[in-house]
Amino acid sequence: MTTASSMSIFLNAALINNFVLAMFLGICPFLGVSSKVDTALRMGGAVTFVMLVSSICAYGINKALIFIGAPYLQLIAYIVVIASSVQLVEMIIKKFSPALFRALGIFLPLITTNCAILGVALFQTAKQYDFVQSLSYAAGAGVGFIIALVLMAGMRERLELSSVSSVVQGAAVTLILAGILSMAFMGFAGMAS
Amino acid sequence: MATPAASIQTKTSSESADNFIKGLWRENPVFVALLGMCPVLAVTNSAINALAIGAASTFVMVLSSTIVSLAQKLIPKQVRIASYILIIATFVTVTEYVLQALSYEVHKALGAFIALIVVNCMILGRAEAFASRNNLRQSVLDALGMGVGFTVACLSLGTVREVLGNGTLFGFQVFGPEFEPWIVMILPPGAFFVLGMWLLLFNWVKHRKEAAE
Repeated sequence: MTTASSMSIFLNAALINNFVLAMFLGICPFLGVSSKVDTALRMGGAVTFVMLVSSICAYGINKALIFIGAPYLQLIAYIVVIASSVQLVEMIIKKFSPALFRALGIFLPLITTNCAILGVALFQTAKQYDFVQSLSYAAGAGVGFIIALVLMAGMRERLELSSVSSVVQGAAVTLILAGILSMAFMGFAGMAS
Repeated sequence: MATPAASIQTKTSSESADNFIKGLWRENPVFVALLGMCPVLAVTNSAINALAIGAASTFVMVLSSTIVSLAQKLIPKQVRIASYILIIATFVTVTEYVLQALSYEVHKALGAFIALIVVNCMILGRAEAFASRNNLRQSVLDALGMGVGFTVACLSLGTVREVLGNGTLFGFQVFGPEFEPWIVMILPPGAFFVLGMWLLLFNWVKHRKEAAE
């Protein structure tokens, strides 16, 4: 059992080992839905919420699987939990805020195959975090995801207005921008104690 | 003069070849479709890791395409995505335990990224778009082609990053002892830069070809 404080776990997941820029989790939405700051924020919010719900569920499931002695079912159980919590979130949002539901649209079901969410569940198990530590890890990962997505969206909005050589346009320039952003985040490595 | 039977056979065999080859270049999952990017960027800091993640993903994709293709009539339409994910998760669990038994070192280096093959959109994409509506032979060939294309893409990142960032290739020294390694290449930003440069190179080749025509 690790004894790191919740605050240091949160900062570690959000900045030092940023989920997108240092651990490469959730690259698909990072490249796919980061063309507008507005959608990036909404997507980030939905992902963070699903992360928190599935992190809580994964904690309980891991305890139960160890109790019945079937750790090899871990991966299958986690993916089922994530798929059903995405479904749950979809139903809750549809019921309480139809406007938000329409705004998120196709992004909601796509969250199931976001590897950052399964990543949170797997890493918190591997690092043997307790309940509070798991929660702050999930919150940190979500905040890190939002930061990366919004920063990238801001840069891409500026990119639209500048003239880029046709050879570099598209995915190539986006990846090189992401590399520079990732390099900037390497600066946070000094904060780790 | 070709008999009708022979012409049908040549048609199916050229179709099979096409299903295999399209994954290598024309519909390459990484360079063209930009699918399954997480493992491509995360664990390609050495050539051997790149080869391992490519082989593991290919193995999972071929086996899950086989099952999806065989069971396409049994799976109800409403729950097909959930069924595909369960099939994939089963084979990923198998792969994880096999790899742990074969090489503990590689298993440790890849870490959670073996388990994360489950959410690789490339595999789910092929199950949904190809294996669920084609016969066994074509599905396996398609999965194999896509898998080899994915492995080649991983290797093209892994070799560049290892040679520049560490001065070695598959663990052997490439440059003399006075070579100063580019540390950034084996760090996270290096992955973005190398993939960006490959895409840039392909764009450039395509532009040259279009300009020549």
